[in-house]
Amino acid sequence: MKVNVTVNGEAYERDVEPRTLLAYFLRESLGLTGTHVGCDTSHCGCCVVLLDGDRAVKSCNMFAVQADGHAITTVEGLEQAGKLHPLQQAFWDQHGLQCGYCTPGMLMTCVAFLKHNPKPSEAEIREGISGNLCRCTGYQNIVKAVQQAAGAETAEAVAS
Amino acid sequence: MFPAQFDYQRAHSIDEALSALASHGGDARVLAGGQSLIPAMRFRLARPAVLVDINPIDELAFLRESNGFLCVGACTRDYAIEVSPLIASRYPMIADTSVLVADPVVRQTGTVVGSLCHNDPAGDWPTTSLAARAQLVLRSKSGERTVSIDDFLVDSYTTAVKDGEMVTEVRFPTPDDRTRGSFYKMERKVGDFATASAAVRITLGADGKITGAGVAIGALGPKALRVGDAEKLLVGAKPSVDLIASAAREAEKTADPGADNRGSVTYKKAMAGVLVARALRTTFERLGVKGLA
Ligand SMILES: Cc1cc2nc3c(=O)[nH]c(=O)nc-3n(C[C@H](O)[C@H](O)[C@H](O)COP(=O)(O)OP(=O)(O)OC[C@H]3O[C@@H](n4cnc5c(N)ncnc54)[C@H](O)[C@@H]3O)c2cc1C
Ligand code: FES
Ligand code: FES
Repeated sequence: MKVNVTVNGEAYERDVEPRTLLAYFLRESLGLTGTHVGCDTSHCGCCVVLLDGDRAVKSCNMFAVQADGHAITTVEGLEQAGKLHPLQQAFWDQHGLQCGYCTPGMLMTCVAFLKHNPKPSEAEIREGISGNLCRCTGYQNIVKAVQQAAGAETAEAVAS
Repeated sequence: MFPAQFDYQRAHSIDEALSALASHGGDARVLAGGQSLIPAMRFRLARPAVLVDINPIDELAFLRESNGFLCVGACTRDYAIEVSPLIASRYPMIADTSVLVADPVVRQTGTVVGSLCHNDPAGDWPTTSLAARAQLVLRSKSGERTVSIDDFLVDSYTTAVKDGEMVTEVRFPTPDDRTRGSFYKMERKVGDFATASAAVRITLGADGKITGAGVAIGALGPKALRVGDAEKLLVGAKPSVDLIASAAREAEKTADPGADNRGSVTYKKAMAGVLVARALRTTFERLGVKGLA
């Protein structure tokens, strides 16, 4: 079955079996291995990508054919013109990752979260990332990174 | 694991979906958010030959009040409920539920109607819908029918939906000024299914006596259960500490859980009582009744 999707601004057309999951389509058909597969059972949030810019979805729990006509953003699409996305920069600055396995999904979840809630409290951040498991950081520095990004994004919005 | 092969059909309107469902009968399944169906297909617990994807049907993504009901369309995501000012101000039991289902990412895709159609014994929306006395609107090529939630939830993972039929919306009666509710869920961690859950909806008369009661428990039997004996005992009575304790005891009696790694039968039965008591206390508080906390 034909699938036409825009991934990180680039249009792709591929022929896939309907049962192909979006995560595997991204990794294997498009070679975009930034999207990780962790639990493969829709629990860990490692595989989260954005659908049409602002909806976080677990890509191991969606068929590639469902993305037809839609725009997907993966972690590869966050950096713009050689400049890290404010959330990526914040994860870097705050040491929001250790092994990095959960990071792509964590980042994409947080991008959607901050779009929906640009000035979150710490409790809201913790709730917002509660569908994403991290085995390394204890979440502390991830929370700090989101707080930094929330501030930074606001600062940029004020400046522009 | 990958699901077994299937044929994928995209529906852009209710009519398109109904035609596809009619022509494939029992081989076809509706794909809504896929948050229960896709995992089930991956574990090969479900092997539908045809999936009819209703996500493109914009006319089914609605959340509105109409003729005394809150109407939630089959494509309305949990997240839309979670952020709705209407729900926050007028439907406290539904608001409570909306932030406890699954995790925040799953809620951006999962639907209320999908959860009811899945009818997981530990699902949260079935419990709340029972207490609310919700109704479901079912459509097929041959017409439309409305089914009460009690008749809709047939058994574990089984509903009143027939081959060729789909649910277009669920309707929750709009509470009047004297009606409030609440929902409680005990879970081991965020995103886990309930160890036990309880939903309560109460209407207080001007004389301070209860004139309407809905009490339901979840994850405590083959499906969400109405605690009819608690409802009977509540109606006509005035809120009191003793009344809450008696209703909680009825919930313990109604509960029929199985033991698993979330708890023993004894523990879960006890939790049925604890959660119904908590939900009643919160509901009475929301109704302005003092001194029961
Ligand atoms: C990690 C994780 C955690 C979860 N935790 C919880 C939890 O704590 N509590 C909870 O209640 N649920 C939980 N769930 C389940 C999930 O939230 C709901 O069951 C789910 O959202 C169902 O809605 P859906 O739109 O995704 O339905 P789908 O998965 O698309 O469909 C479910 C079933 O209903 C049928 N169906 C769907 N829509 C219709 C329709 N309109 N007409 C006829 N049939 C239809 C489908 O054919 C299928 O059989 C969890 C899921 C995941 C992945
Ligand atoms: S890999 Fe998708 S949720 Fe874990
Ligand atoms: S950084 Fe290792 S799992 Fe999160």
